[in-house]
Amino acid sequence: MADLIAWVLVVAIAAYACAGGTDYGAGFWDLLAGGAERGKPVRRLIDHAMAPVWEVNNVWLIFVFIVMWTGFPTMFQAVFEAMWLPLALAAVGLVLRGAGFALRKPARRLARRRIAGVLFALASLVTPFFLGAVLGGIASGRVAVGTPASADAWANPTSVLTGLLAIASTAFLGAVFLSSDARRFGADDLVSYFRLRALLAFAAVVVLALIALPVTHGDARYVWEGLTTGWGLTMVILAALCGLATVLLLWRGSPHWSRWTAVGSVALTVGAWGMAQGPYLLPTSLTVTEAAGAAPTLNWLGIVTLIAIVLVGPALVVLYRLDTLGQLEPLTDADTRSAPAPGDDL
Amino acid sequence: MLSTVIHAADAPSQMLPARELMAFTLGSHILLVPFGVALPAITLLMHHRALRRNDPVALKLARRWSAVMAVQFAIGVVTGTVLSFELGLLWPGMMGRWGDVFGLGFGIEAWAFFLEAVLIAIYLYGWRHLKPWTHFWLGVPLPLAALMGAFGIIAANSWMNTPQGFDLDASGNPVDIHVRQAIFTPMFGPEYWHFVVAMFLTAGYVVAGVYAVGWLRGRRDRYHRLGFTLPFTVAAILTPIQFMIGDATARAVFHKQPVKFAATELVWETDTHVPEYLFGRLNEDGTISGGIKIPQLDSILAGFKPSTQVTGLTSVPASDRPTAVQATIAHWAFDIMVTIGSLLILLALWYAWSWLRHRDLPRSRWFFRCAAVAGAACLITVECGWITTEVGRQPWIVYNHMRVSEAVTDTRASSLWTMFGVVVVVYIAVFGAFLLTVLKMRTRWRIADESSGGDSEPHPEDDSPYGPRGALEVEVADRASGGASGRHSGGAS
Repeated sequence: MADLIAWVLVVAIAAYACAGGTDYGAGFWDLLAGGAERGKPVRRLIDHAMAPVWEVNNVWLIFVFIVMWTGFPTMFQAVFEAMWLPLALAAVGLVLRGAGFALRKPARRLARRRIAGVLFALASLVTPFFLGAVLGGIASGRVAVGTPASADAWANPTSVLTGLLAIASTAFLGAVFLSSDARRFGADDLVSYFRLRALLAFAAVVVLALIALPVTHGDARYVWEGLTTGWGLTMVILAALCGLATVLLLWRGSPHWSRWTAVGSVALTVGAWGMAQGPYLLPTSLTVTEAAGAAPTLNWLGIVTLIAIVLVGPALVVLYRLDTLGQLEPLTDADTRSAPAPGDDL
Repeated sequence: MLSTVIHAADAPSQMLPARELMAFTLGSHILLVPFGVALPAITLLMHHRALRRNDPVALKLARRWSAVMAVQFAIGVVTGTVLSFELGLLWPGMMGRWGDVFGLGFGIEAWAFFLEAVLIAIYLYGWRHLKPWTHFWLGVPLPLAALMGAFGIIAANSWMNTPQGFDLDASGNPVDIHVRQAIFTPMFGPEYWHFVVAMFLTAGYVVAGVYAVGWLRGRRDRYHRLGFTLPFTVAAILTPIQFMIGDATARAVFHKQPVKFAATELVWETDTHVPEYLFGRLNEDGTISGGIKIPQLDSILAGFKPSTQVTGLTSVPASDRPTAVQATIAHWAFDIMVTIGSLLILLALWYAWSWLRHRDLPRSRWFFRCAAVAGAACLITVECGWITTEVGRQPWIVYNHMRVSEAVTDTRASSLWTMFGVVVVVYIAVFGAFLLTVLKMRTRWRIADESSGGDSEPHPEDDSPYGPRGALEVEVADRASGGASGRHSGGAS
């Protein structure tokens, strides 16, 4: 059962990396969209594409934490003690990001929109970096039960590279999704705009991965070996193939399928990491079996997960389906009958 | 003050900032919870009325409330996520040792919340393209998901108050865990219903309060009347119910957490014929300064007769009970909650009387003045109820099993104070911006209503509330959106 729950954890992390990642990626491109006038169509697209789904996308993170503390409490404690600062910064980043995004939409003054937008965009960079750095720190074996909080746990080559990789892959996912969203919303000029950016982000991912190969060889030995042999390697290769397929699909202008392959490449990468790290939760000091909580709890956690899949799964499918069909749209001023107030300039 | 000083010296220095940080973030988040749990239900009621009676005013209200809900829910999501971070960042000791005993409640909360996020997205963004009744029915499971989420959270919190469902091994670690027992703890029922009703009550009074203010300012149209009446009725019906549940909850605390009860009622020595103190301050030596003393009442309230024995604070060693300051805080929070609750009953009775006599709202301006502050008063009771529960449990994070000082992180106090400072600044900015946004929305709506002459003038949209935009609005929307995305799906902006 413990192994199964460990895989639930990996799947939840993969889901967050894909769903939340796409979201963060949108924030990344929001940051680079240019000035208020030039970036307007891009930001409008991002607002439109993200609004109905970003809250759902972020609940995955809560699910990750809950599976951690209910299923593997000792590991949860160890990670949060050792990784105090990056996790605290990620939490602050999450607040600023969510608030920035939520408050930008109803703001009608340019200055306010700018402040909210900048917070949203910067936090979209900070949060995945620190979350990635935490994963890197764990993968490199720097966290064990009882490790005190220290900069070494997250300010090391592996962590920094994982953090940067996290940003690059969110940018990649974000651009791929936005490219097809642009087509969906009929903004044809933005299709190629984001296609180019998806390709650039993919190139960045490849470059970072190539740099990571020699750097992590000594720094994160256990996971490195897991990723270069056996099932880990198979999944890495599959992830790479998915990535290449995404590039080809983008090139040939079929953005619809490129979303699936892009998600596949990120999910497979996370899966490969899970595979490479087994049987450890914290390499090489704490195995899944050692960290597992009480057996009845794990069984119940399995049941809860099953119920979640049965109940949330269809709802999630309906949401994404309605969203991709363009059935979900924010209320406009006409719907709520709103008039410009003094001071509004947008 | 001596024992307080001793405790402070025992406690790790990071405990104070950790506590303050948790109190601040939870205290802020809890103000949004009523709207997350109950606003969808109230909005759906209004929505149902709109569809059933083909009522454009009700529809306008439902839409506007859902526009507010969109912003509120988003802020609630992020402040809620911070709390799950903080469980690990501030109280790793509790999660490491007890996570597998009581964590499952959070597991239920997580998927319920997931569902809520999905449903709310469909509801908020479904206004334009879904069929009216389809849209309504897709929203209906929303309050149920919210109640389920509250179930999970309250299960976890009530476990902290009356932990069970495990045995301890020789080294004091929990073994032999019974998950169902750990979820349905003795305090669960009272806490859950008290909480749920409080959320509906608060959301009802706050929303009604907005329209009460408008009423006082002379806006006495059907829009304000309806916006006031529906949520106020919901809240007024629940007020006496809540009073009874609250009373039962206090008695459950008396039975299950006697020391906490002693703290909230300032009972020093275990005794019969215990007097009730309204407010007042507990001194270190057990005497009480100030306050109004009502002989016998505490025993009567606890067990319906003066001879009921009430456990006092001194029944346990000083280190196992709240300090005098903490007891006073819990006592004041409790008394403020009860006082406001009693006043709200009077308000509800006023409303009921007027309705029975005249089939109309009370005419007195004082009624509307009271109704306007009822929402704020309710938010205060929410804070007070939570303070009573949490401070009254001190020094235990897991009642009688783990002290707060054993659960706290090892992170240096200075880091925690820094984090606290950052969070305070960020939260003030976020909540300030949120409030400003909602007020701005209100202003824009008022301007629009005044310029269109209130409800008297038919609006192009009234015929087909869900239908395609009128030509004028498409043009306006297109102009506002700047062309790029104005093309898609029938001129939606």
